[in-house]
Amino acid sequence: MTDASMNSVPVKGSLTTLDARTKKRNAAEKRFKAYGLVAIMIGLFFLVVLAVSILRSGIPAFTQAEVRVEFTLTQAQFDEAESQMLKTKAYENLFIAALQSQLEERSLDVTFDPAAIERLLGKTGSTIREYFRDSPDQIGSTVTFNLAASSRVDGYFKGRVSRDTVVDSRFLKVTDLDLVDALVDAGIVVTAFNWNFLTGSDSGVDNPGGAGIGVSVIGSFFMMLVVLALSLPIGVAASIYLEEFAPQNWFTDLIEVNISNLAAVPSIVFGILGLAVFIQFMHLPQSAPLVGGLVLTLMTLPTIIISTRASLKSVPPSIREAALGVGASKMQTVFHHVLPLAAPGILTGTIIGLAQALGETAPLLLIGMVGFIARAYPEGVVSGFIDPNSAMPAQIYTWASRADPGFYEKAWGGIIILLMFLLTMNIIAIILRRRFERRW
Amino acid sequence: MPLLWLFLLVLAIAAGAFVLARTRVLTLSGQDRRSLHSLPIYYGSNAAMKSAVPALLMLVLWLLAQPFYVNKTVSDMIPDSAIVESSSRNLVLAEVRRAADGLDLAVSTGGMTEDEARNMQADISDVTTRLSDAGAILTSEITRPVLRAAQQFRVLNSTGYNIMSVMVLLIAAAGALWGIRETKPDFRARNVVEQGIRALLIAAASIAILTTLGIVLSLVFNTIEFFRLYPASEFFFGTNWAPSFSGRGGASDLGILPLLWGTFYISIVALIVAVPIGLFAAIYLSEYAGPKVRAFAKPMLEVLAGIPTIVYGLFALLTVGPLLVRVFGDDGLGWMQAGTAVMTAGLVMGIMLIPFVSSLSDDIINAVPQSMRDGSYGLGATQSETIRQVVLPAALPGIVGAILLAASRAIGETMIVVLGAGAAARLSLNPFDAMTTVTAKIVSQLTGDSDFASPEALVAFALGMTLFVITLGLNVFALYIVRKYREQYE
Repeated sequence: MTDASMNSVPVKGSLTTLDARTKKRNAAEKRFKAYGLVAIMIGLFFLVVLAVSILRSGIPAFTQAEVRVEFTLTQAQFDEAESQMLKTKAYENLFIAALQSQLEERSLDVTFDPAAIERLLGKTGSTIREYFRDSPDQIGSTVTFNLAASSRVDGYFKGRVSRDTVVDSRFLKVTDLDLVDALVDAGIVVTAFNWNFLTGSDSGVDNPGGAGIGVSVIGSFFMMLVVLALSLPIGVAASIYLEEFAPQNWFTDLIEVNISNLAAVPSIVFGILGLAVFIQFMHLPQSAPLVGGLVLTLMTLPTIIISTRASLKSVPPSIREAALGVGASKMQTVFHHVLPLAAPGILTGTIIGLAQALGETAPLLLIGMVGFIARAYPEGVVSGFIDPNSAMPAQIYTWASRADPGFYEKAWGGIIILLMFLLTMNIIAIILRRRFERRW
Repeated sequence: MPLLWLFLLVLAIAAGAFVLARTRVLTLSGQDRRSLHSLPIYYGSNAAMKSAVPALLMLVLWLLAQPFYVNKTVSDMIPDSAIVESSSRNLVLAEVRRAADGLDLAVSTGGMTEDEARNMQADISDVTTRLSDAGAILTSEITRPVLRAAQQFRVLNSTGYNIMSVMVLLIAAAGALWGIRETKPDFRARNVVEQGIRALLIAAASIAILTTLGIVLSLVFNTIEFFRLYPASEFFFGTNWAPSFSGRGGASDLGILPLLWGTFYISIVALIVAVPIGLFAAIYLSEYAGPKVRAFAKPMLEVLAGIPTIVYGLFALLTVGPLLVRVFGDDGLGWMQAGTAVMTAGLVMGIMLIPFVSSLSDDIINAVPQSMRDGSYGLGATQSETIRQVVLPAALPGIVGAILLAASRAIGETMIVVLGAGAAARLSLNPFDAMTTVTAKIVSQLTGDSDFASPEALVAFALGMTLFVITLGLNVFALYIVRKYREQYE
């Protein structure tokens, strides 16, 4: 037997020298492994590209070119300016004179067209007039004004506008850039942190420089309050019922099927639901954070129910049996023992659900949170819920769909803020999980 | 906010009932708690529950029912002659509501006294100017029937609210009395309270059913309404999408086929990007990667899934689109006209779906029993041969399920296509053309339109219905496959 097999299979060589077929197979093995590695690299590469393009395009939104001018207004000048027909024009002339004298002080000789100031800084006269009318005691002393440069000048600083691309228009002329360069040399134009972007409200369609995200952050905040207040108790109650009490019958099956299907329904369909039920049928106010919160609640509920059920399930049955053994009722067992032990997991799931809801845009488009220009902060708590407002993702979408490229920078900046909120929430969830998660 | 006060008042009555019932049972037991059936807190909770729950239920039901009654009454008041041509009863009713809101506003800002607001014989032009002085938004001059209806609307609403407040408070008080009266030491309070809590839990769980019901009903009713105005066959088989925004005459072409084609084309491009990358990443992570690489790469890939879709939308519009134009545009290969195209949206959507495919496939590949791999190694297969010829075939149904789930995600995705795919509906094979999808058109047909009477707005519901049915079908099918596969190995 052994002889026969030895004869029929001639030994070609030792195992340590590779024949052609083994080499081929080993090469195929290496290739296959490389494909996997390349796939992961591509995925990570996309992540890096995304992060870089967000940061590169978004960070400029946080700075703003400002013109710092020291300005002294005497009582005589104030009285004279107030007595004129064109009051703001008078202030503007005073301002231009002050600017010119400061340039001369630094022995920079630039001649400029007074109209250029308006193109660079907008209506300076009214800003100055309002300031001195509000605080008349400042008259006579030296005040430093920080005036935001117009969006095109700002773009010149950030490289969005260059001398080659600029076209003479009523917004900016090429010659104005000479003045800007001179002002930079004089240290009058500086790049400063743009607080207005963080705290301000949305501006009109033609003023990207003045747009801020503050009001829509408040809108998102009120929406999240609604989501938290509704989805946490409802989600926990539903999970407790399904996990601890529900009998095996058709009704329970129906609920389970519905929850798993709702988790996969496209978010825009929830928007249609919100539009039809909350606005068309119940006549709740359009664009209100209350309605947005209700829609997002329905959308987040499946997520919260699924994660809550998982953490209820992870509490071992021995805990329940011990509680029942010392005479607690089923309800007491659940509320006094199981729920507190599952709480960290529930909280983590809730935070992740909230983070998901915070970034969701599509349903908000349908209930009218887009197109509404959020100009003012809500006046109080009730007004915060029912008065029209925007929300962070809706605001970003609004900016992205405007024609002026100055708004794109704001949209990227808004994304950085949105992602920072999401990051914070996720980090809190991870810390909670690390700190309180118990392995039984 | 009187509604808030009513709510708080009911809660206050319930709190009072709680305290009274608790003290009552303690006094009745003669400070000997052992003679009580339940802990004192349950007697209190029982009374509070009986006072608050029926009252709040009544409040909600009334709030839902009252608008129906009021709308019906007011609608009957408006004669057919008052409805101008090119308008509809719904539009006139909206006008009535606006006028009523305006009257409320005028009264609250002091531009009008309550009596003046109720005066049926008021001069119309005077009312109009006063309303606009008060800052009310009126589209046109108020007509006599509209003013009448608006006044009636206000009267009905305010009497309705008054009756409701009284009823709710009475019910709360009666419930409290009932709860306190039945409070005796041998009353089985805990059992009653637990029954109540159980009912609340069931109600919370039923919200999922209600939500589905709400989605289905709102889609079905509006879709039926749409098909009454626009023939269904033209909607489903029309190859032209050209809604007219000006007229209500029905001159629009609302064929869904170009939209469906755009949706499927973009989804296919997205899957072509996501499936190979996601699948190979999953294979590498589950079969080759050491624990360190896995601990780093898996969460990193999943970050891609946690990024909001608006970010991807902006990425498509402002980064990927211009990049593709530079390569395939007029300066490059000349295939592409503008940054928004099927390719742009599909590529970005593919990036979004990578973690979706990879983590689902990862789970499925991990679920393949080790014994199957060991058997293959024992026969002399290399690792890649084992994966290709043993693991993947075993995991195939699950992977198909994962891909179907990803496809349903791609079909339902909105923000990326709204920003990245363009707005033109066309049937074209060139992936560098701008096309549009079902979701994008739902957004554009419904944004900023508060009147749902025209077929141009109602078509969005029919589109939503189509989308809902397609994604639901895909999900159910995918879950069925995944579940069937799981049963094989457990």
